[in-house]
Amino acid sequence: MTAIDTEPRTTTVKTSAVELTGVSHWYGNVVAVNDVTLTVGPGVTGLLGPNGAGKTTVLHMMAGFLPPSQGTVTVGGRPSWRNPDVYRQLGLVTERESVPGHLTAQEFVHASAKLHGLKDAAAATAKAIGIVEMNDAKDRRISTYSKGMRQRTRVAAALVHDPSVLLLDEPFNGMDPRQRLHMMDLLHKMAEQGRTILFSSHILEEVEQLSGTVQVIVAGRLAASGDYRHIRRLMTNRPHVFTIQSSDNRGLGAALMELESVSGVELEPSGLQVRANDYGTFTRTLTKVARDKDIRLTAVLPSDESLENVFSYLVAS
Amino acid sequence: MNLTIAGLTARALLGRRRILLLLPMPVLLIGLTLLANASPAQPDEWAPIVLGQLGLGVILPLTALIVGSSVLGLEIEDGTITHILAKPVPRSEIIVAKLVVAWAVTTVTTAVPLAIAGVIADSGALGIGLALGAAVGALAYTAFFLALSLMSRRPVAIGLIYIMLWENLLVQFVSGARTLSIQQYSLTLADGLAGNTTVLNSNLSTVTAAILAAAFVAVGTAIATQRLRSFALTGETS
Repeated sequence: MTAIDTEPRTTTVKTSAVELTGVSHWYGNVVAVNDVTLTVGPGVTGLLGPNGAGKTTVLHMMAGFLPPSQGTVTVGGRPSWRNPDVYRQLGLVTERESVPGHLTAQEFVHASAKLHGLKDAAAATAKAIGIVEMNDAKDRRISTYSKGMRQRTRVAAALVHDPSVLLLDEPFNGMDPRQRLHMMDLLHKMAEQGRTILFSSHILEEVEQLSGTVQVIVAGRLAASGDYRHIRRLMTNRPHVFTIQSSDNRGLGAALMELESVSGVELEPSGLQVRANDYGTFTRTLTKVARDKDIRLTAVLPSDESLENVFSYLVAS
Repeated sequence: MNLTIAGLTARALLGRRRILLLLPMPVLLIGLTLLANASPAQPDEWAPIVLGQLGLGVILPLTALIVGSSVLGLEIEDGTITHILAKPVPRSEIIVAKLVVAWAVTTVTTAVPLAIAGVIADSGALGIGLALGAAVGALAYTAFFLALSLMSRRPVAIGLIYIMLWENLLVQFVSGARTLSIQQYSLTLADGLAGNTTVLNSNLSTVTAAILAAAFVAVGTAIATQRLRSFALTGETS
């Protein structure tokens, strides 16, 4: 692989937010998106939802490819629908794997650079192709590429104008594990420079690795928004599960059962499994109980704060 | 005109198999003209059929239909249109670039063989008249079919209905239908530019034909631009 400078070309960019206000979209009688209000700011945000939840519809409205039936969608304060100028600051990778197979990656990305009116389209093209590590294959026709190579070519075309907002629908489709890590690293770096990056994915591990911030769409509605660990802590209707290790697990378990904020305790080989009704009250009380009983805490781990758990709770509710 | 879009469109169009459908038509036209010319029949007996009804009445509109409905329609079908639409390019620029490519390809594949056939049949003047008439007709047809590809998911079927039923059937029985027939504009302009020969039968005045052809181009381009401004991706609701 040719050594390429994969640092995005600027260190800071103008930040832009994507905002949906009271947005609904319906296809005939079917409501695909129902009264969604959300803001996606600088950083990496994952768009999550079961199949058919309305994620792609939301992304298409953000990208100016669908009009909201109701409400407003803006990118950097300007409406995205019927406004081609919005693409000066917006990069888009759609879910559909459609690229003109008769072109090479070089021609495809260069055409994108020219259509963006870049002064030095050739340099921007070389940079974007380098970022996605497609130098070795850039002069081959896209029709001969693997799925992952096509995907990287599309990402290069979306990045060529250095957008402040990047929308990616299932961007890791077809990429091998090394390419995924590379792409995640790239998105992190771009986010650190102030870009707004929203991506959808079905793979929860990908979202968890890439972003703590999520927008969860379920049945066309915004089910949750924000850091998923924080979202979990707000779910007071589900007990929080902790794994606790201490100098006296049995004694600590007995003491915790007396607390109102604890609904169950199990003694496991790995430690105590404690189900607490209230995250805040329990974590405050736990240290006090341990101190009173002269028990030394060696580990307190929330064991159901994974994105997978949060997502399954949201979908189930 | 946006040369990047024009270049991409030309490469996409000429790289597709559908374009091969265009090749037999000019060969057929010139072959039939040579055969007819070698027969004892006079040009004014066979030229209206071969040059007018077949050349301007079938080959020109069918070529324009294949090309005009492909320049944007196939990109919409396979989803590659999003790459062009996700750029800060005015939609009118996209339509004009697509139209120019469609018009150029249609003109080259119809006006050139028609010019050759005109020269064989009668004279250089007829050849020039036919070429110019076909070029104007190609522009009006491609503007119309380009707009159709943005208005309907079945532009080819609707285009065929227009060509076969409206232009080649209805016009025979309802004289008013000629005012909305691009074939009649091409025929009239070709005849007028060739010096009102006896081998082409036109029914409109040259000025009327020119104005109506220009109106088709203007309205088709305006509708296509408007439709592209409101282009929405559909069918994916995940």
